[in-house]
Amino acid sequence: MTTTTEPRSGGFRLSQLLYDTRYRSITIQVVALGLLVLAVYWLLSNTVENLEALGKDFNFGFLAQPASYDINQRLIEYDSRSSHGRAAIVGMLNTILIAVLGCIAATILGVIAGVLRLSKNWIVSRLMGVYVEGFRNIPLLLWIVLIFAVVSESLPHPRAYGSGEVDLWLGSVAMTRQGTWIPAPVWGAGSTALLAVFVLSLAAIWGFRRFARRRQAATGQILPVLWVSLGLLVLPTLIAYFLLGRPLTLDYPEPRGFNFDGGVLIRNSFIALWLALSLYTGAFIAEIVRGGILAISKGQTEAAFALGLRPGRTMNLVILPQAMRVIVPPLISQYLNLTKNSSLAIAVGYMDVRATLGGITINQTGRELEGMLLLGLFYLTLSLIIAGFGNLYNTSVKLKER
Amino acid sequence: MNKTVIYGALTIAGLAAGSAAAATLDDIKARGTLNCGVNTGLTGFAAADANGVWDGFDVALCRAVAAAVLNDATAVEFIPLTSQTRFTALASGEIDMLSRNTTWTFTRDVDLAFEFTGINYYDGQGFIVPRELGVASALELDGASVCIETGTTTELNLADFFRVNNMNYEPVPIATNGEALEQYGAGACDVYTTDASALAAARATFEDPSAHVILPEIVSKEPLGPVVRHGDNQWGDIVRWTLNALIAAEELGITSANVAQLAADGTDNPEINRLLGVEGDFGAMLGLDNDWAVRVISTGGNYGELFERHIGESTPIGLARGLNAQWTDGGLLYAPPFR
Repeated sequence: MTTTTEPRSGGFRLSQLLYDTRYRSITIQVVALGLLVLAVYWLLSNTVENLEALGKDFNFGFLAQPASYDINQRLIEYDSRSSHGRAAIVGMLNTILIAVLGCIAATILGVIAGVLRLSKNWIVSRLMGVYVEGFRNIPLLLWIVLIFAVVSESLPHPRAYGSGEVDLWLGSVAMTRQGTWIPAPVWGAGSTALLAVFVLSLAAIWGFRRFARRRQAATGQILPVLWVSLGLLVLPTLIAYFLLGRPLTLDYPEPRGFNFDGGVLIRNSFIALWLALSLYTGAFIAEIVRGGILAISKGQTEAAFALGLRPGRTMNLVILPQAMRVIVPPLISQYLNLTKNSSLAIAVGYMDVRATLGGITINQTGRELEGMLLLGLFYLTLSLIIAGFGNLYNTSVKLKER
Repeated sequence: MNKTVIYGALTIAGLAAGSAAAATLDDIKARGTLNCGVNTGLTGFAAADANGVWDGFDVALCRAVAAAVLNDATAVEFIPLTSQTRFTALASGEIDMLSRNTTWTFTRDVDLAFEFTGINYYDGQGFIVPRELGVASALELDGASVCIETGTTTELNLADFFRVNNMNYEPVPIATNGEALEQYGAGACDVYTTDASALAAARATFEDPSAHVILPEIVSKEPLGPVVRHGDNQWGDIVRWTLNALIAAEELGITSANVAQLAADGTDNPEINRLLGVEGDFGAMLGLDNDWAVRVISTGGNYGELFERHIGESTPIGLARGLNAQWTDGGLLYAPPFR
């Protein structure tokens, strides 16, 4: 019976490539692949040819040359004699710093705004509506520039502190149009032990919360998690601080010369970029959170209320864990957006990787192609890492199908 | 189906045509305009007025080249470029020449594969500070925050100057001259540093110029000049000798007022005759006609006239000739002979 449906063997003709459905799909794929290879080849050969016509070659040797320019915000040792490669790393770290801090702040803002937008209080929900619509409907670049302009135009000049017109806030924080100076920590002898105590108490908090959750699941008894956590956070470290003879001191900024002596300078470019990125992305996250919460049927809330759970507990124990399944995947793409949007940093002179490697280095060495390729590779890697972590978390919260 | 094939063929043909390079001079003639890269806005050197008409010392050079090549000083498409975008624009062929207070350096000339076709302004890097700071020397700037245009030689000189003098500073990188002035005006930085000529131009735009001091130190050599791409020597020669014609005209006493008459009547001085095309065929050697230099000079006058009109002592910018005087007057301007 089956022999009748088998193709006749040995009778392959060339026209079958086009007219026989079994071969046609392969033909189309081969042709498409050929065209793709041709297109890539054309682009590459064109690039090589044009580079040759310009008398340029393709190499990354410039990364080892001295950069000769200064970078204001550096998380690692760097001066103008360091290499272009090191300047690129300084920029990358600055990008990562703003991306991480931005993601944290945007998440906090977004969750608060998203939950409050669902509030029954008319004013609160409308205020959050204004925030969300205002921020997500105006280009990010405008927010960055606007916040930077407001900060640098409205705050006092550092000289105003020196001349005594303005006093440092609490004697330790100076907000000026050149940046904000805050006290710098000075790690004295024994501060490692202090740090160890702090890390240990963090671990203890984590352990206690885990224990409390298990106990609640098993017995239904609720432990005072918040107060114990707060106590664990503050008390051991505080006791250790005094027992070790106050190893950690603060270096306060003092008005001197053009600006201040001592302390740490948080630049206005950083503040503006961080605020703008967090507020902008926070508005999108607020909508994601709101959507996630609304996706949970109202019956869940009613059931929780019927069991006697208070609204706060209902949100934390019933609604949010389920909403996370809806929230996390789009949240990851917001993190990616924020990271990539941080490349607008140059608008306010924040020295991220786009400004060092993709800006000054390219400009001083004329290696556009190499620099841009490296830059693209960096953003790709960073995005993939963030997405990877996000997906790991998503796996842990997603619906467990058993 | 047929249409798709045609579109595809058209695309490929278009892409292929784009990669074929022709001589710059032929391109400009075919296009009818000269694409000239200029500063995004630097009073006296390159700035658009209320009607959108570009004017200035660097702009005048573009106009002179357009007059030589196209017989029309207004046939220029001005493309404002930041210090970061200028070289890419030139290398990619978006502009034919760059006349944007660009410093002639070894790497730009050799490694970036550009050709500097002369020097139209001998400059040096200076510092401007508000008078109320009471700073009298750049050596007193330890700890100051300094606004700089990124992607410039200024940025590198600044790093060297502070390192060599063992001083600290806080660099505030900014994309354009205009933004830098805004920041400096708002007090977001204590000092603005760039070429001394640009500082003078900047001070002229301040509400109260006397409230700002340009410090006496000049910390670098900044020979500014027009730039073209490597590889088209004829085009490079045209730009180079247009600038030389402007400089030589001043030395030889040819002005916008007398150039027409000198060209018509001829003179006893053979060099003037050669320059103005009365004798010889220097224009043809450049691939132009013999009146090219007459048009160049009658556009806005010779180098001295351009200097006086745009940035000289009678203007708000008020720059003295200094190094930019003719060699006969103790300056560095020295056009090779038209021979």
